[in-house]
Amino acid sequence: MTSIPVPVEAPPAPPAPARRVRRRRPERKGWLFVAPFLVVFALVFLAPIAYAVWLSLFREQVFFGGTEFVGLDNYAAVLGDAKFWESFLRVLVFLVVQVPVMLLLALVAALAIDSARLHASGFFRVVIFLPYAVPGVVAALMWGFIYGDNFGLAADLNDLLGRQAVAPLSADWILPSIGNVVTWEFVGYNMLIFYSALKVVPGDLYEAAAIDGAGTMRTILSVKLPAIRGAVVIATIFSIIGSFQLFNEPNILRTLAPNVISTFYTPNMYAYNLSFAGQQYDYSATVAIVMGVITAIIAYVVQLRGSRKGV
Amino acid sequence: MSTVRTPPSPFLRPRKSVVLTILMSLFLVYTLVPLAWLLISATKTQPALFGTPGLAFGDSFALFDNIAETFTHDGGIFLRWLGNTLLYVVVGAGGATVLATAAGYGLAKYRFPGRRAVFAVLLGAIAIPGTALAVPTFLMFSELGLTNTPWAIIIPSLISPFGLYLVWVYAVEAVPDEVIEAARIDGAGEVRIFLTVTLRLLLPGVVTVALFAVVSTWNNYFLPLIMLSEPDWYPLTVGLNQWSAQASGVGAQPIYHLVITGSVLTIIPLVAAFLLLQRFWQSGLSAGSVKQ
Repeated sequence: MTSIPVPVEAPPAPPAPARRVRRRRPERKGWLFVAPFLVVFALVFLAPIAYAVWLSLFREQVFFGGTEFVGLDNYAAVLGDAKFWESFLRVLVFLVVQVPVMLLLALVAALAIDSARLHASGFFRVVIFLPYAVPGVVAALMWGFIYGDNFGLAADLNDLLGRQAVAPLSADWILPSIGNVVTWEFVGYNMLIFYSALKVVPGDLYEAAAIDGAGTMRTILSVKLPAIRGAVVIATIFSIIGSFQLFNEPNILRTLAPNVISTFYTPNMYAYNLSFAGQQYDYSATVAIVMGVITAIIAYVVQLRGSRKGV
Repeated sequence: MSTVRTPPSPFLRPRKSVVLTILMSLFLVYTLVPLAWLLISATKTQPALFGTPGLAFGDSFALFDNIAETFTHDGGIFLRWLGNTLLYVVVGAGGATVLATAAGYGLAKYRFPGRRAVFAVLLGAIAIPGTALAVPTFLMFSELGLTNTPWAIIIPSLISPFGLYLVWVYAVEAVPDEVIEAARIDGAGEVRIFLTVTLRLLLPGVVTVALFAVVSTWNNYFLPLIMLSEPDWYPLTVGLNQWSAQASGVGAQPIYHLVITGSVLTIIPLVAAFLLLQRFWQSGLSAGSVKQ
């Protein structure tokens, strides 16, 4: 979860040249505004991708130093790497469980806040969004302490019940525990995406639905949900990308539960540890590329399915 | 799913529902209990942390002692980290906002050749996960001798494809072509039009972009973790985790009370910014989703 994108609808296609008014020179000056962005963009987006692809074609020589061109061998190695697949399956399980739970909670909250039936709805909106402003590191440290045996709420709960009722940092619980941290951090952010989309649903639609005798449930299913489909698709894509990139939370909780969270717990942790503990930069770059391609494909498929249903 | 169970009532002027409010309050509890725990813990001495229940105050109110110790521990390194974070935020997020605003406006209001290509490249960039970029960026910066310098954090923070997108969408709505035409007829140059006329119209969108850029820079962890090995350049996030990690291992000297107090100090500026700028970012976001 390195970069947090601003929640918005799917990008608009560049407007067709509707007005064929003959325009003078100034149009070309648009480059003046766009060029600085593109220069930096090339440096921090395009160049690293090209460099990663280049690196992934080589392998470090163990004894002689230097590198050797190995073609696609690194890719073959990643695809046959049990550690890679273990970490991949783990984030896939995480994705399949955590993302729907989080998005459903966010949707319910957004519908409730938008329903005009909630007392102090503005207060709810701001407070539920608040964890987004908490750095992921602080959220993970905070929950890690709360989960812990030393002075956490989990320990208090066990004391209260007089037995080891919850053990959030044990092997069986750690993945749901991480899921809880991520949900806590981002449910409000997704709520806000949905809420912003609900806000701009035209009032006529509600009026029409009310005249047709639609109840609350009916209005939600037939008017509100279809109207915010774009926002749901975008939020789903962001959440999928976030899940595949899972790093901060497990990496920080690892200091509290080193025996439960391995160095290849998620693909991103695997790539990181290959680079910084193992010095296997070429292999690490390959893992990163493979994950990037898988993520992009899944995000693309979700986008296609999401927009096709809209037709 | 409480919203669906409420009794039918005239839809356009629904009554407030107590049941719904109570159910949603559970949400508030989930959101606030961890933060309450953090705040209460920041008022405790280290022995009290271990000796009292999590949501109860300790015998003494040690918040101010903790704050003082946080700032002076290890030669005042926390203050240094705070300064680093501010540097990265001001230059990185500030630069990101400037670049995204100019580019978003340029794409929205000028039909220059190559515009579609820019659009396609940006769309592709949005789909690329940061994972694929982080390690190669480190290796590249290391070749360029940029690792372990502030530039390693600032340069990648300068790009916010979504910030650009938001300004783009916002500018289409908020800046009428007629205004630009009128300024041109008055003889103003393009840059001057941007600086004196359109920037004001874009303000809510720009504040939103800035706020989200600030959050992502302030909260940045993975990038500095990779790029920096010198604690003197750490931002707060990496520094705090280093303090936390001190508690385990050989010769460990736990300073949990400082990690907790430092966490509170790290959160406060952002929470304050969000609360104070509510009006701006909420309108900026709504505008962003007007476009379907």
